[in-house]
Amino acid sequence: MISIRNLRKSYGSEEVLHGIDLDIERGEIFALLGPNGAGKTTTVEILEGYRKRDGGEVSVLGIDPEKATMQWRDSIGIVLQDSADFPDLTVRETISHFRHYYSRARDVAHLIESVGLGEKSDQKIRTLSGGQRRRLDVALGIIGSPELLFLDEPTTGFDPKARRSFWDLIKNLRDEGTTILLTTHYLDEAEALADRVGVIAEGRILEVAPPTTLGGREKAMAKVSWRDQFGSLHQVETNSPTEMVAKLIAEFDGEIPSLSVKRPTLEEIYLEMIGENDSELVDEVAP
Amino acid sequence: MITALRIGLQRGLLEIKQFNRAREAVVFTIAFPVILLFIFGSVFNDEIAPGVTFSQYFVAGMIASGLVNSGFQNLAITIPMERDTGALKRLRGTPMPPSAFFIGKGIQVLYSMSLQVILLLAFGALFFGLELPSEASRWIAFAWIIALGSISAAILGIAFSTVPKSGRAASAVVSPIVIVLQFFSGVFFVFSQLPGWMQQFAALFPLKWLTQGMRYVFLPDSFASQEVAGSYELGRIAIILILWTIVGTFLAVKTFAWSRK
Repeated sequence: MISIRNLRKSYGSEEVLHGIDLDIERGEIFALLGPNGAGKTTTVEILEGYRKRDGGEVSVLGIDPEKATMQWRDSIGIVLQDSADFPDLTVRETISHFRHYYSRARDVAHLIESVGLGEKSDQKIRTLSGGQRRRLDVALGIIGSPELLFLDEPTTGFDPKARRSFWDLIKNLRDEGTTILLTTHYLDEAEALADRVGVIAEGRILEVAPPTTLGGREKAMAKVSWRDQFGSLHQVETNSPTEMVAKLIAEFDGEIPSLSVKRPTLEEIYLEMIGENDSELVDEVAP
Repeated sequence: MITALRIGLQRGLLEIKQFNRAREAVVFTIAFPVILLFIFGSVFNDEIAPGVTFSQYFVAGMIASGLVNSGFQNLAITIPMERDTGALKRLRGTPMPPSAFFIGKGIQVLYSMSLQVILLLAFGALFFGLELPSEASRWIAFAWIIALGSISAAILGIAFSTVPKSGRAASAVVSPIVIVLQFFSGVFFVFSQLPGWMQQFAALFPLKWLTQGMRYVFLPDSFASQEVAGSYELGRIAIILILWTIVGTFLAVKTFAWSRK
């Protein structure tokens, strides 16, 4: 679906992408994670055909995005950050208009319903809340039934409930067969949605893996904690938490007070990876 | 090609809808020239030549300015604003042919320009003694001057749209240029009475030629002797407008940007 080899990009004399390699498979949700300034947006904008690269090979749906044709654009959907356009049009007018651009356009009423804007369809876009606005952006991104959808930080500023229902919308798209490239700052979002995640920092890919195994997460030690009969907290790091819990069951009569078994979250793993990368950088820079 | 025209038409309808709903823009581009006509027409109603009042002279100039307002000024301000809101970047990411975008803009310019010209003609004729031409030749000239004028103004507006640094700055950059050109091109004063250097400067730009063309349409033949060249110079008007259209197209194609860098 997407294949990137040794992708390089500089702004002025500063190289921001130092040779990215990445493959994204048909039908998956791939989340690109990384701190601000890591090169996420630059990479995605090169894939979307908005920016030119300085080196390497890029193929998206079998085409070099620098030579994007209208036919190619007919098969991709793009949801950008920070759009504030068409304030004076209604939701329905805007979506109905964008229908004219695509050869495989979805039904307008059905689309408005499926992004949850049914009650807002005749409201001016300037009256929508941030979350509703993003739902409209997604509607405009998927109106052409794209094979490949780019989602750039889609849930920034959402309340938790809106985020959950947004995730359901994205999962439905994947179930329909849409391949999705997502960038996000929210690790729980990547965990809930992504089949695979890629971590990018300082213009390099650090690792690509499913969220459950990123950074050796599945092998990482679990933390088992509980309170003894005097109320003081104990914590043990172990590779065999089940054995540890079994031992505790034998020790205690009935409930084990405050028992918890914790594996590192995706966020902890991610922060560790980013942190290591920072320290390497410091080493490189030091004389 | 057919697709571009079909989508361009849809874009035109959408542009008109958006234009009508942005009330400030409607007032600014459509009503402002009419208000100016009332002010200038009421203050200066002396004859400037036998059978020609200043208000008649002024209506001709204001119609010419209308082409610059609804073409150049309108696009040079709204396109940077659309660049700021992300509208252009979004469109660039769709299979919309770029030509359809410009066709849509052209339709919107044609729409607002027609409204403005009709209003100015109606008010000029009703209140300020503007006589609508009776000869076919003058209506033909009217038609081609309007056509060439709005095309060149729209294209120059698109070409200039990369100059303002932001949508908010656009109005402050573009409006003074238009106002200065209006003064220099003999919209507010009789052109032949302006200083020579001002006349020569104005002759470099389209507005001076548009006002001259509109004077041919709306003022009697006898007034031609009052022109700097002693005639209305229709051929030269056409050449200058076509030249500017070519230059504008070249610049627009070279510099147009769909997103802020």
